[in-house]
Amino acid sequence: MSLADFWFILIAVLWTGYFVLEGFDFGVGILLPVLGRDDAERRTMINTIGPVWDGNEVWLLTAGGATFAAFPLWYATLFSGFYLALLLILLALIVRGVCFEFRGKVATPRWRANWDRAIFVSSALPALLWGVAFANIVRGVPVNAAGVYTGNLLTLLNWYGLLGGLVTLSLFILHGAIFLSLKTSGEIRDRSRAVALRAAVAAVPLAAVFLAVTQVAHGKAATDITAALAALALLGAVGAVFRGREGWAFAGTAITLALAVATLFGDLFPDVMPSTTSPAFSLTVTNAASGHYTLTVMTWVALIFTPVVLGYQGWTYWVFRKRLTRTDFAATGTATGEATGTAAQPVGP
Amino acid sequence: MSALDLSRWQFAITTIYHFIFVPLTIGLSILVACMQTAWVRTKNDSYLRMTKFFGKLLLINFAVGVVTGIVQEFQFGMNWSAYSRFVGDVFGAPLAMEALLAFFLESTFLGLWIFGWNKLPRRLHLATIWLAAIGTNLSAFFILAANSWMQHPVGYRINPVTHRAQLTSIVALLTNSTALAAWPHVIFASFVITGAVVIAASAWHLVRSSDLAVFDKAMRLGLIVTLIAGLATAVTGDIQARLMDSQQPMKMAAAEALYNTESGASFSLFTVGTLNGSKELWSVRVPYLLSLIATLDPHGTVQGINNVERAYTAKYGPGSYKPDIPVTYWSFRLMIGLGMLAVLLALAGLWLTRRGRGRVPRPRWFYRAAIWGVALPYLATTTGWIFTEMGRQPWTVFGVLKTSQSVSQGVTASSVIISMVAFTLVYAALAAIAGWLAVRHIKAGAPPEEPAPASGEPLPVFSY
Repeated sequence: MSLADFWFILIAVLWTGYFVLEGFDFGVGILLPVLGRDDAERRTMINTIGPVWDGNEVWLLTAGGATFAAFPLWYATLFSGFYLALLLILLALIVRGVCFEFRGKVATPRWRANWDRAIFVSSALPALLWGVAFANIVRGVPVNAAGVYTGNLLTLLNWYGLLGGLVTLSLFILHGAIFLSLKTSGEIRDRSRAVALRAAVAAVPLAAVFLAVTQVAHGKAATDITAALAALALLGAVGAVFRGREGWAFAGTAITLALAVATLFGDLFPDVMPSTTSPAFSLTVTNAASGHYTLTVMTWVALIFTPVVLGYQGWTYWVFRKRLTRTDFAATGTATGEATGTAAQPVGP
Repeated sequence: MSALDLSRWQFAITTIYHFIFVPLTIGLSILVACMQTAWVRTKNDSYLRMTKFFGKLLLINFAVGVVTGIVQEFQFGMNWSAYSRFVGDVFGAPLAMEALLAFFLESTFLGLWIFGWNKLPRRLHLATIWLAAIGTNLSAFFILAANSWMQHPVGYRINPVTHRAQLTSIVALLTNSTALAAWPHVIFASFVITGAVVIAASAWHLVRSSDLAVFDKAMRLGLIVTLIAGLATAVTGDIQARLMDSQQPMKMAAAEALYNTESGASFSLFTVGTLNGSKELWSVRVPYLLSLIATLDPHGTVQGINNVERAYTAKYGPGSYKPDIPVTYWSFRLMIGLGMLAVLLALAGLWLTRRGRGRVPRPRWFYRAAIWGVALPYLATTTGWIFTEMGRQPWTVFGVLKTSQSVSQGVTASSVIISMVAFTLVYAALAAIAGWLAVRHIKAGAPPEEPAPASGEPLPVFSY
């Protein structure tokens, strides 16, 4: 395995980390108006991801940075080519990031309702668009001999791309609902489970059709296996929700996302960005990669620091492993913070 | 306007905006960590209230800094893909390192700090804010190493086959003399901003004689931090000037609008004229100062714009290698002048309180100046970045790649107009909301600590 191949796998791992982690953040944000019936419930939901969402988003920055360092030609073509799609994602991530911090700073119902709407939209949009983007990368886009994308935003909105978008959207909603059922207790936990089952009604067939279509058009033997396993893991996750095994269900959707990423990257290889204009113009693991020295340096950095990051992020999840409940937030109601501009004061449950 | 000009405007807008929030995060994360350390060691309640008060200010500011930082990383690929293609092998490495080594540390441990109150053991919780602060400052180093490579490219070669830049030494890149001078300069300048914010917030309360226990201490801290950081910023800036003289002589000449090589060159504080070298109507000059800044010798020789232009034309081929002279001339002066005013304000504050801590009636003009003076260091860092980036033009990577060759090929001007307008509007809205929240938070002051409830686990104080 060459260093460039290793970096191709590592970038797939970074995207897996991003989709598994921020996937449930997006799901929680989308479900906020659906599941949270009052401010205390919505605060319960937001606080399940409160300590971790920012760290989760860094997986995206690291995936972007790693692509820049290891495959500069891929980074350049992809980011300039998908310009307006990425603009929408960026605007959503900007709004979403400040939502969580600013929402709790003022206690009036109108202020919070506005931020709740913003959280919903800014979570749903990237959840959809990441799927559109990845489906199009696998499908191939018009790229000329200079490595410049020659399509526009509408080029990306083909049926296969939109199907991919609906897959990530529905999978993230399912993943988020399962996460909520794992991280809360009481009524909101029961409702999360019910919503997870309803989300599964959409997610399972969409994912099955998408994976089948993908494998027919771009598949190879190895990825047929990962695609089948992804579908099995998804069914296993739904079965676990039925039986109230939330931990297993969460592991199931996480594995589904990981295997789906593995399938798409496996189908791409050795291309990183296939050109529909001419296969000769396709960017590949070899022709898009950085030099041997840069890849060697970055490999050492990644091998040393990725385990460290996984260690302390894992520890964060351990520290905040306790389930949250509506009553944690109900007592503070909407009155706290008004006078002081602060979030909740310490209160007993 | 062409996609190139629009992309430059967008990069300037988004970068300047991003850097409004970055310095306060850099400095305040460290100061809040110090405040919390003081509380853990002394058990003095006022330090705890100070920590929470400035901690929340840090979080409001941090949120905007983070989300605007994502745009920065994506923009290189989106608007400057020709640049990214050419330099990614070199430039991508420090960016990826920043994400993996610094940004994960900062984001994860800040989350632990926000939600870890009353949950983590006291010393462990203290460690989380220190780790977040270290992550922030480390992050600044990698970004400045990347920027310094654009100012003074080292540790690379041009690959003869691909005709692209290729990294040959990561050690050279990370120990670039330009980076080693720029990092402390930016960190100290960030502490001047942080000090000014602490001074302004404290002044708002002291002028009303409210909560002296917290804000008298905070005022003193802010004054001392600003003074020390201000002097250190000047010293490191001085070191940078001499590096600039040898590495980017055109930028040094443009800083003074010095057209012809001169020995014992003077430094003008102010000029009325066209700055195009033809005529100068009136100026206030300090003799020998420019030579002193550039070479440490009052009679040293400073190259003029015309002389450097001739040398560059011979070296890089025909064309103009002059940056925008009025912009570089004035931004250089404003950076220094506004920064010095901020430090003078701190010096005045320390003089007025020289008879010991607090309780000394201070003149109201000082408080008013302290509140409005918070704008000074922000304008100084903004003009500083304008100077260093505009002074490098027409290059993106000095001597290697021109800005005109860096812009994305496939991105149309209309796309860039859409993104520029969208970013500007969203950023303006965020600035208004964040500014309003910050002012509201400062005016509300530091609430008294409530005793912990008798039973059950309390909610984290900063929870959403």
